[in-house]
Amino acid sequence: MASIFDMRLQDVHNKLRDKEFSVSELVDAAYKRIGGTETDVKAFITLDESGARAEAARLDAQIAEGGELGLLFGLPAGIKDNIVTEGLRTTCASQFLDNFNPIYDATVTKKLKQAQSVTIGKLNMDEFAMGGSNENSSYHATRNPWNLDHVPGGSSGGSAATVAAGQVYFSLGSDTGGSIRQPASYCGVVGLKPTYGLVSRFGLVAFASSLDQIGPITKNVEDAAYVLQAIAGYDELDSTSANVSIPDYVSALSGDVRGLRIGVPKEYLGEGIDSGVKEAVLAALKVYEDLGATWEEVSLPHTEYAVATYYLLASSEASSNLARFDGVRYGVRAENPDNLIDLYRKSRSQGFGPEVKRRIMLGTYALSSGYYDAYYLKAQQVRTLIKRDFDQVFERFDLIMGPTAPTTAFRIGEQIGDPLTMYLNDICTIPVSLAGVPAISVPCGLADGLPVGLQIIGKAFDETTVLRAAHAFEQNTGHHTLRPQL
Amino acid sequence: MSETSKYETVVGLEVHVELHTKSKIFCGCSTSFGAPPNSHTCPICLGHPGVLPVLNKQAVEYAMKAAMALNCEIASDSKFDRKNYFYPDSPKAYQISQYDKPIGEHGWIDIEVNGQTKRIGITRLHLEEDAGKLTHVDGGYASLVDLNRVGTPLVEIVSEPDIRTPEEAKAYLEKLKAIMQYCDVSDVKMEEGSLRCDANISIRPYGQEKFGTRAELKNMNSFRGVQRGLEYEQWRQAEVLDSGGEVVQETRRWDEAQAKTISMRGKEEAHDYRYFPDPDLVRLTIGEDWKERVRATIPELPDARKARYQADYGLSSYDAEGITASMKLADFFEESLNYTKDAKAVANWIMGELLGYLNSNNLDLADVKITGQGLGEMIGLLEKGVISGKIAKTVFKSMLESGKLPQKIVEEQGLVQISDEGAIMEIVDKVIAANPQSVEDYKAGKEKAIGFLVGQVMKESRGKANPGLANKLLVERLNG
Repeated sequence: MASIFDMRLQDVHNKLRDKEFSVSELVDAAYKRIGGTETDVKAFITLDESGARAEAARLDAQIAEGGELGLLFGLPAGIKDNIVTEGLRTTCASQFLDNFNPIYDATVTKKLKQAQSVTIGKLNMDEFAMGGSNENSSYHATRNPWNLDHVPGGSSGGSAATVAAGQVYFSLGSDTGGSIRQPASYCGVVGLKPTYGLVSRFGLVAFASSLDQIGPITKNVEDAAYVLQAIAGYDELDSTSANVSIPDYVSALSGDVRGLRIGVPKEYLGEGIDSGVKEAVLAALKVYEDLGATWEEVSLPHTEYAVATYYLLASSEASSNLARFDGVRYGVRAENPDNLIDLYRKSRSQGFGPEVKRRIMLGTYALSSGYYDAYYLKAQQVRTLIKRDFDQVFERFDLIMGPTAPTTAFRIGEQIGDPLTMYLNDICTIPVSLAGVPAISVPCGLADGLPVGLQIIGKAFDETTVLRAAHAFEQNTGHHTLRPQL
Repeated sequence: MSETSKYETVVGLEVHVELHTKSKIFCGCSTSFGAPPNSHTCPICLGHPGVLPVLNKQAVEYAMKAAMALNCEIASDSKFDRKNYFYPDSPKAYQISQYDKPIGEHGWIDIEVNGQTKRIGITRLHLEEDAGKLTHVDGGYASLVDLNRVGTPLVEIVSEPDIRTPEEAKAYLEKLKAIMQYCDVSDVKMEEGSLRCDANISIRPYGQEKFGTRAELKNMNSFRGVQRGLEYEQWRQAEVLDSGGEVVQETRRWDEAQAKTISMRGKEEAHDYRYFPDPDLVRLTIGEDWKERVRATIPELPDARKARYQADYGLSSYDAEGITASMKLADFFEESLNYTKDAKAVANWIMGELLGYLNSNNLDLADVKITGQGLGEMIGLLEKGVISGKIAKTVFKSMLESGKLPQKIVEEQGLVQISDEGAIMEIVDKVIAANPQSVEDYKAGKEKAIGFLVGQVMKESRGKANPGLANKLLVERLNG
């Protein structure tokens, strides 16, 4: 039955309309697959089976009545648990929010409702999106469907694993420094981080406001184009959302990449990049050559400062963004505090996990009087230089390509005691986030039985070129059709 | 205050003014005062996870208008910053404020104290969101949180340390309030918290250039409270210095009931607010055309009106200052002048009867019904001799309560002055007959007795006799 989720979106749409199968059957298939695989994969924090079945029944009734069907009509979807869903528990994978039921919908949640997908449940992640392995979840570690001893990546590990495991048709993740692309790479699925400002952040529980973006995780590029179409667009509730016209992403998938100029940063294929990863990426570049594109080595000279810059800026913003979690108005409140300050201290000490505390402390320090100029301000200046690196390459090239992550998925527990090594897994994704430009990770083969992701980076708001190139690659290789054995 | 005479007081004021926009600064909730607790809230102002602020353009324009009226330079490139602190009145645990790029800087206002005009510098005016309101339950076991006020737009106006006396501080606040009122950006009601004032105060020996150590004074709930708090604090600091001690930098609270200031927290407990640019908001760019559009909405301000009243109507500086301290009062003054040419008489009635009545009953001009037309016409009736000065006071009182025009009041109450000689002579004869002792006194050369007799005529006529005529006829009769 997993095959039903391998069907092209347009085919599913047509078969639903023609009543070859119903939305209820699709939702059945999702929960059946979850029933068979979830004890291994552990992708979800909260399942909403009764809500999903009720919605499926409503959509089936709508088919019976006839009329327009939404863009993502009837498709079972998973939502990362840092995107708020009215009345459906949203924990950010933190025990602090174990009891938190949002009183409003995120803009993307509303848009999915308009597009008429069916929310199956809320997906596991690293607590407050801080981490790259899902081991920082307060609930459980999600496991990589390709090898259950390995991490799915993170922070959107649940979102990537659930799609790889065939539990849902698509999912939403969020990406701050690689949190969509890296788990997509580790799990052999497609993950798109849109341009900063393309998708509304309203209702995404903020980690680092100047970097966070919501994006789709799907089995193939065409699905990603459909989901992006549904969620992109200006939102008056988000001041940082861009008022740009939204192109037709699906019709841009022409398969033609002739004449495309591709820059390949030497910094992304240098030291620390796994040989198997490098091989798969070079093979992918050969595919583009064969399709009539050209590539050459370029430099993004400030890459070596990106990780430090990112951890200062993201942690600074996080230290402020997460200050509202104090146990007073929502979330889990500590028992028997001595006074107000003690209530804050106890609730936050008990509520947050170690990685979150580490980043709050780092950010608080970086913003402190006397250190601000040396850390936060300097990091902002370096961010400008990193952005300029990209601008300069994009003067001569249409796309930048390289690996999504330096390695394939590592073993659970292998890096958890070594945060610095863990941070370096994001070396290829973080600069892109700092520059605010769009990037996709598409499967480009296996190394030692685990998926490798090719990262395709585009100019700001040029998602069409990114998607077109990714789609052409997919059509000519078929790596995306590989499935883990579960 | 003789003890303080060898010290000079230095004061700078920080004033928060709530802008009366319809909705809050970063969400669509209403800003109206007095609603049931937490009824004017939404996920955004409650600081729920995932929400984002969207800047209210009206709040920016009000802030620009206020800054322009305070003679500030308006920033072309402004931004918002987060001020981080934990407290239950701040649901996000940060306040969105402006740190290093305020909307306005380098302004000034002129104040008048003891007939002297003095210029007080305005360091900056910035826009920020208000916090919620905490009510501490008796016994201290709980605090009630009302978040209706969270997100109400505020401007914080910081003065230079140019103020030298508590009287100047009060005059500064009065002028500031008048300007905000003229600009129609705030209700500026201290009792409702739409104007709040903190003060920095230090003293130094006369002639010393370096400022003394300052105390920050909070919890002053009226202009009078500010003045009294500063008076107390300059005395306290002088006492400390005179007894060989040192003033410590701290925050002190003015206790109205005890009439003294009390230490709240020292310098070492000062917060590090960790300001940084709010990444949820984009930079605020203010172009020249936008500035000009806002500037065009600023009405004639108190100083300009005051100067005009002195030049055009010959009012004293004191009267002109008093009338222009409130725009409604100044408008009332001008309305009156459509009905009489005697501006000085109008000013006298306003400064005397009207303000006297309002102040002693703690009322606002809006609370009484008298119109400018009423006052102007009443002065006309006085000029024509239709009513006497004494009757005018009765008519005035009646206008305050009913808002009726004076002619109508005079007719309804039969208050027309008696100027008929025969009618007054009748009363004069009656009074002479009834007061033989006074008549004798007068005839014996006690000129003062005539005053008493005129008074008796007025009384007998229930105030309606023309007093000049009464005097003349009395003298004629007594000398005759």
